[in-house]
Amino acid sequence: MDLIIILQAGVASGTVLLFATIGEIFAERSGVMNLGVEGMMLLGAMSAFSVAVSTGNPWLGLLVAMLAAGLLSQIHAFITITLQADQVVSGLALTFLGTGISLVLGEGLSKAGAISLLPNFSIPLLTKIPLIGPIFFTNQSIMVYIGYLFVPLSWYYINRTRPGMHLRAVGEHPAAADTLGINVYGTRYFYVFVGGVLAGLAGATISLAISPGWFSELTTAGQGWIAVGLVIFAQWDPVRAMFGSYAFGALRRLILDIQGPLTLFGFSNPFYYNPYWGFFLQMLPYAFTIIVLVIGSREAVRKRLGAPAALGLPYIRGERGL
Amino acid sequence: MTDAITPHTARRGFPYRIRFEKRLKEPPRWYPVLVSLGAVLVALLFGGILIAWAGGDPIASYKHIGRASFGNLGVFSDTIVKATPLIFVGLACSVAFRMRLWNIGAEGQFFLGAFGASAVVLIPLLPPETSPWIFIPTMMLAGIAAGALWGFIPGFLKARYNVNEVISTLMLNYIAVAWNNFFIFAVWSEGGFQMSPMFPKTAWLPRLADYAKQYPIFRGLTSHLGFIIAIITAVIVWFVLYRSRWGYEIRLIGDNPEAARYAGINIARNTILVMMFSGGLAGLAGMSEITGVVHRLQGAISPGYGFTGIIIAWLAKLNPFAVIPVSILFGALILAGREIQPSGIPKMIQGIILVCLIASDFLIRYRIRIDRQVEEA
Repeated sequence: MDLIIILQAGVASGTVLLFATIGEIFAERSGVMNLGVEGMMLLGAMSAFSVAVSTGNPWLGLLVAMLAAGLLSQIHAFITITLQADQVVSGLALTFLGTGISLVLGEGLSKAGAISLLPNFSIPLLTKIPLIGPIFFTNQSIMVYIGYLFVPLSWYYINRTRPGMHLRAVGEHPAAADTLGINVYGTRYFYVFVGGVLAGLAGATISLAISPGWFSELTTAGQGWIAVGLVIFAQWDPVRAMFGSYAFGALRRLILDIQGPLTLFGFSNPFYYNPYWGFFLQMLPYAFTIIVLVIGSREAVRKRLGAPAALGLPYIRGERGL
Repeated sequence: MTDAITPHTARRGFPYRIRFEKRLKEPPRWYPVLVSLGAVLVALLFGGILIAWAGGDPIASYKHIGRASFGNLGVFSDTIVKATPLIFVGLACSVAFRMRLWNIGAEGQFFLGAFGASAVVLIPLLPPETSPWIFIPTMMLAGIAAGALWGFIPGFLKARYNVNEVISTLMLNYIAVAWNNFFIFAVWSEGGFQMSPMFPKTAWLPRLADYAKQYPIFRGLTSHLGFIIAIITAVIVWFVLYRSRWGYEIRLIGDNPEAARYAGINIARNTILVMMFSGGLAGLAGMSEITGVVHRLQGAISPGYGFTGIIIAWLAKLNPFAVIPVSILFGALILAGREIQPSGIPKMIQGIILVCLIASDFLIRYRIRIDRQVEEA
């Protein structure tokens, strides 16, 4: 059990959560909560792997995954934005739908042999930095590096650009945004699509890079839901989302590794001698998600932060209210 | 001349104008039923297209579902067996959803209910020779208590810390599965197998087949007492929701939380109680499945019953009596779906049905008016 390896692998597996969480941040910043992340991720993972198997090209798989999940997200967009249905139920339905379609179309895919994956590489010079180098810049997947760039870019986009300001306006006060000539419906459709594309990217990151293959529902194993929880912990901020994602990634890896060694800190390792205690370790990411939600909501009260004001509410032009 | 500024020219070539109008009065009672049926038919159509795309034969699949679940008394009895847990979880979701509490954790509460009922036999709290008249009620109470505890956690977190119950209940599902697995693998494992020892016969819910001696027609029928308990539970839930003071509070909070607060209703307390009520109902589903079907604690006791319960509640429009027939239909889908290839089809069809149902709600809230544009001379 090597701490560097755990953190290195944690950053890699946290990248999956990172894409999904930031995608959901975009959607929720526009006022639409999409609980379908898990379904969109599964569809992304399945279609990425499937296309990579049949064409031999993982990049094509990545592209198809993003498009497929983006298209799926538009069902949610149509139901909640145009038909003004409840976002919670529609998001759940989207998860069922995405899971079901992925299981049907992914039938037999788990038996597919080795395929060419997205490349891993080290960044010269940066690997030499003590501690940081081995964790962040050595033998990581290209998706991990894309993740590094993605966080500051999305923070800058949301907080410092004109379209980012429109995005926040639509999520905070759609009626005011509408009077300023911002297309509320179009903006929401677009960012739900962005959220879907990023969830698809997250799914493809699993099946083509981090833990390659298709293992039906176990491919994501609830990470889409953890991402939805992380959005609240992150207070809708991509930078905080990054810390949360990497921490959860490291936790996942720690759970795997802690059962290996004979001794832990000089004591005999209880998880080695009682392998069934591993079931309690398996609970940890889910239990931590709940704890993180408690922390997030307490902090929101204390610092008067909080969700975008119009989150979850349909916008009906000409009606009173937000 | 004036033609250029009339709004009609904007849509030249399309002689109709489609408008959505909010319904001002409630539509007739049959209308929502018709819309839901229509939504299910549309869903089956979409499902068929997807099945064909995945390389299956949609018509053969649907025919198979019908035959393998309603074809004769034997398979119909199996359908009822599958419908029994679905009624409980459908009721569980209906109760919570009525207060607009999104309990997505029926699956985990189901597992905990199975665990609680098993604990009575396996700890053991009662010796195996106990009379069924004591055994079965004790197991029911244990199942309800364990499920209610699993509902209490998200209810408390929601009431106290405003934690989103969708995510907390979902996370508790995963925890419940791992919790049960620990006991199946480590504590109650029988000879290293991933299952507990068989329960004593006194802890089995009676089946129709048990009475085959008196009534030969019951030979081989696996429907068990759980179905009767489920129907009685549906009546109780209806009574609580629509004929009791508490039910009135639940419905008022669901319809208008602001008004409920002004009326002095304690929303935090009701959040916890309703989650426990809902969790207890789902726990009863786990108990019924364990004591009526598998007779031991093991993994894979649920093909996602808890999630199907969400769809059932929605299709039944949260009406406890409507939950029963809807559960039978979904029981058929799950029963027959086990043999259909590809194996994900029942899940996919359930997903499509829910999507279509939610979309169809629009037709209940709005009217579509299509006016013919009058060309101006």
